[in-house]
Amino acid sequence: MLEQMERIGVESVPIIGLSSLAIGMIFSLQMVQLLQPFRAEIAVGTAVAVTLARELAPIITTLMLIGKNGSAMAAELGTMRVTEQIDAMETMSVDPIHFLTVPRVMACIVMFPMLTLMANVIGVFGAWVVAVGAMEVESATYLDQMFTVLRARDILQGMLKAGVMGYMTAIICTFYGYHAENGAQGVGEASTKAVVSSSVAILVADYVMAMIFWG
Amino acid sequence: MSLIRVENLHKSFGSTEILRGVSLGIEEGEITTIIGQSGTGKSVFFKHLIGILKPDQGRIWFRDTEVTAADTTTLVEVRTHFGYAFQGAALFDSMSVAENIAFPLREVLGIKERKETARRVGEMLDWIGLPGIEKKRPAELSGGMRKRVGVARALVTKPEVLLFDEPTTGLDPVLGETINDLVVRVNKELELTCVVITHDIQASFRISDKIAFLHEGLVAVEGTPREVARSTHPIVRKFIENSFNELEV
Repeated sequence: MLEQMERIGVESVPIIGLSSLAIGMIFSLQMVQLLQPFRAEIAVGTAVAVTLARELAPIITTLMLIGKNGSAMAAELGTMRVTEQIDAMETMSVDPIHFLTVPRVMACIVMFPMLTLMANVIGVFGAWVVAVGAMEVESATYLDQMFTVLRARDILQGMLKAGVMGYMTAIICTFYGYHAENGAQGVGEASTKAVVSSSVAILVADYVMAMIFWG
Repeated sequence: MSLIRVENLHKSFGSTEILRGVSLGIEEGEITTIIGQSGTGKSVFFKHLIGILKPDQGRIWFRDTEVTAADTTTLVEVRTHFGYAFQGAALFDSMSVAENIAFPLREVLGIKERKETARRVGEMLDWIGLPGIEKKRPAELSGGMRKRVGVARALVTKPEVLLFDEPTTGLDPVLGETINDLVVRVNKELELTCVVITHDIQASFRISDKIAFLHEGLVAVEGTPREVARSTHPIVRKFIENSFNELEV
């Protein structure tokens, strides 16, 4: 499980960091331009932080991890299936689900929320850099407004969503990999189906959870 | 009484009938070879022996245990008596050779002590004639080496029966001969019962105590190599004549 946590978590830090930084900066740039005519640019920090915490950080993190790790999970297990490595485990009475799927599922449940939290911090930092550094929004007001509106509950519920989506991603991707057949072509198809299905599933799940938490 | 007894085994996948009433006895300490055309259900038959597949109809016994009626706990116990050497070796490519061979020691026998697993891995590699390759990855090995490491992994838990799924397929004749010799060594030196699926008819006549010819989901002919060679079954005759290039069997 530690190996999977390293692969899903530690090795994903650069890509999640970079994508959340970019999202925070772009979002901030757009928001400042939209709010400046109404002299409401001090609300940029709040808008960015709350949106990141509730929606963008979990979604961006999950989608990036589906692309990076979900496809790899499906391909890895698919290759193991078509090269009879999973059959070999079964002949030894080693439960492949327990040995291959459970560590990946557990690692996703733990690491998706952790990376989401990191995405929140980096995204907010990126937004602050653009708003304060480039668009001349006053830093103290920006931060004060942000911390007034943003609640711990927003961050925690975002992390909870990420945990649920991590679980779904791991289950869907390992399922397609585990049931791959027909050689290399089958492994490719399993990876594609895993990425598409888990992406759609987490978007639907995100909407449902948003309705439950904030609807 | 046979070590493994198969009675009237039937198996279908969807509307395709693979096994249509296979009955066969596998004797302890012998090499039994199952030959037949591709798609006749040889691998499916193998997977029934260790309970990976459940038959639609029929029974299999290993000694006094009915494999086909066994619960999960019994199946786990039964499988400890079997080793399975896969056609493509099925080595875990994320692990080294040593980790591959140590895998059943750790996960099946529960031996966690590194010195003990390293000692047993070293012994197995010496026995198959590949000492010193512990740290190599499966991708660094040739086809023949991979097959031998696969056999070492199957043997390390000291099973009573070793199942070889097409052990010489994909190998040149010289390497194929090495693997056939290994099957005989497993049988003679370790006194294991060997069951071999193969297309290598010549080798099967040379190494086997008993041959079963599977055709259209049934055992068409079974017996000693001499008895099978004298069979008048048309498919068996054609198979043998093609394999021996119409020389005298």
